[in-house]
Amino acid sequence: MEAPVAAAIQVSGLEKRFGAVVAVAGLSFAVAPGEIFGLVGPDGAGKTTTMRMLASVMRPDVGSIVIDGIDVLASPEQAKQHISYMPQRFGLYDDLTVEENIRFYADLFEVPRTVWQSRAAAMLDAADMTPFRKRLAGQLSGGMKQKLGLTCSLVHTPRVLLLDEPTTGVDPLSRREFWQILYSLRSEGVAMLISTAYLDEAERCDRVAMLHDGAMMYCDTPAKLKEQMPGVMLEVVTDDPRRAHDVVLGLSGVRGALLVGNGIHVHVDRRDCCAQIAVALQAEGIAATDIDAVEPTIEDLFVALLEQKKTGASK
Amino acid sequence: MRWRRIQAIVVKESLQIVRDSRSLMIVLLIPLFQMFMLGYGVSLDVQHIPLCAYDREGSQESQALLHRFSASPYFALQGLMGSYGEVEHNLDAGQCRLAIVIPSGFSKGLADAGKGTVQALLDATDSNTANLAANYARAVVTNYSADVQMEFVQKRGGTVQTLTPVEVQARVWFNEDLVSRNFIVPGIVALVMAIVGAQLTSLTIAREWERGTMELLISTPVEPTELMIGKLFPYFLVGMVDACICLGLAVFWFNVPFRGTLPALFFTTGLFLTVVLCIGYYVSVAIRSQVGASQVALLLTMLPTTLLSGFTFPIDQMPMAVQAVTYVVSARYYVTIIKALFLKGAPWGELVLPILCLTLYALIMVFFASRAFRKTLD
Ligand SMILES: Nc1ncnc2c1ncn2[C@@H]1O[C@H](COP(=O)(O)OP(=O)(O)O)[C@@H](O)[C@H]1O
Ligand SMILES: [Mg+2]
Repeated sequence: MEAPVAAAIQVSGLEKRFGAVVAVAGLSFAVAPGEIFGLVGPDGAGKTTTMRMLASVMRPDVGSIVIDGIDVLASPEQAKQHISYMPQRFGLYDDLTVEENIRFYADLFEVPRTVWQSRAAAMLDAADMTPFRKRLAGQLSGGMKQKLGLTCSLVHTPRVLLLDEPTTGVDPLSRREFWQILYSLRSEGVAMLISTAYLDEAERCDRVAMLHDGAMMYCDTPAKLKEQMPGVMLEVVTDDPRRAHDVVLGLSGVRGALLVGNGIHVHVDRRDCCAQIAVALQAEGIAATDIDAVEPTIEDLFVALLEQKKTGASK
Repeated sequence: MRWRRIQAIVVKESLQIVRDSRSLMIVLLIPLFQMFMLGYGVSLDVQHIPLCAYDREGSQESQALLHRFSASPYFALQGLMGSYGEVEHNLDAGQCRLAIVIPSGFSKGLADAGKGTVQALLDATDSNTANLAANYARAVVTNYSADVQMEFVQKRGGTVQTLTPVEVQARVWFNEDLVSRNFIVPGIVALVMAIVGAQLTSLTIAREWERGTMELLISTPVEPTELMIGKLFPYFLVGMVDACICLGLAVFWFNVPFRGTLPALFFTTGLFLTVVLCIGYYVSVAIRSQVGASQVALLLTMLPTTLLSGFTFPIDQMPMAVQAVTYVVSARYYVTIIKALFLKGAPWGELVLPILCLTLYALIMVFFASRAFRKTLD
């Protein structure tokens, strides 16, 4: 489906240890120009460490990274000209205004004044931030901070964009605007690597890599990955998700269960497990207002795949 | 190295300095505060040195000399002793720091050869005070004998009365008023600048680590040298303002006469400031926390400047090994220069060696500071 002619990002055999901890264990993948590549995984999976090595702010122990034809390990400073990195922690200056921050990064990348000014104006406009040009970055909301971060990252028209959990703690509206910008970059041919804690967001990516303990579990399109999940996902809406979770896990035909916002997601073999679950919950005196099949999210998928791997390994 | 990136960092850093008005106030008030505290607080200002006298002659002349001592603001006559034993006891007990013994042939020697001899016994545990006390005492005695000679000449015959009386005056070279504060204040300027200068830059890199802005900064093409220049430049300006405050207080508040030239003063002050800013920057790079960096920077500048620059303890009285160490203390050169500029008005020629040393020192520090920073999180 992808088969890139020349990959914008080419990573192979990447490894990084911190003492005894293996943060990244032999990671290989490629991202094509104009592709949004998602990195998904629980905390500590090695997403940030991977991003850092790609941004050459950290050196890998083993492996190679080629970005836009440049060997990153051999000439990191040259590669940095083409890369933009948005760290997980907000990295701009709280005591500078929106405009001053943008100007600072434009100057560091030596973007001609007229170019960055019109570019920044357009981006601020698209992000609904034009009225806040003179506001100190520290006084912006979380969503606006991230949009400012993205604007700063984009003033020098990078070929590769590395975004480490850019939408964590961001309101839904800003998230939507944020993604709008990413989609427009896709059409400009920018390769994007994005890690996310919102797993529904991973579904917006062209391809997703699932990291677990620094290694890649799966790497495919969100749709393909979903196909790999056998069985059905049921959503049980209840006031007492914790107890419900424990109850359903003991039933036959249940592969796994996951706490979600308004109840639990139960991964079952067949659709008709519905009745069985309803009965079991009633017997325990747990009120379930609704039980129905739902589209599994990437998060469900992740848990299911992990479960599958574990049982596969123990057999 | 790109000018535009240096400029970007200068602008950004300056904005941050100006916006952080509290820190800016502190940075400008600290030198003021320290100058007053040290200028008044250091007990090196020698006045009212406790003095004991043992007058073995008891003549009119010896009494007159003792009167000169008690009238001098530099001495406080504690009492008259009756024996050497008593003198010794008083010195040992710390009752007096200086004892004057007037021998029995004093007035005779004065009358015969115009040379009266007195003996001065000094408690030299504090060599600085002892030196000054000895100089003051010599001055008092010399003044007195000069007056006596004058009188003597005038008594002898009317023929010499038309001559201008020869004025014999003891001069403690380069500090003729014998005001020790004049001697010490230029050194205090150096000390305050060393402390404040290193403090200024000790926070600059550590702050970026603590606030989480460093990771993004090192992902840009900025070069370590550009970062150093861009970060030091605004602090250099702030440091020069501090220097002006210190030097201004020295001249206009403490009334230390300034005999050198302003270009020489500002040039050497700029060099010294560069050195201490680099020390602070270096520490900031090495220690990624603001509190830690500021404390290490304080130690690294305050201790050597206080102890090894010749500001409080004369270098030529130190043990040889310690003297050797003082050559790597940048303040040594600056203290030499600034004291000379203030007290001697030394012309360029005399300062060539210390200025060359300080210049070399600054160049080496800039070189190391520019390579200190590593663009990595590892
Ligand atoms: N600077 C570091 N020093 C030591 N251990 C680290 C460091 N950075 C990350 N780790 C460890 O490496 C692993 C991967 O971390 P990270 O890359 O931050 O994961 P993620 O971003 O997916 O949460 C974790 O076990 C973490 O504790
Ligand atoms: Mg992370």
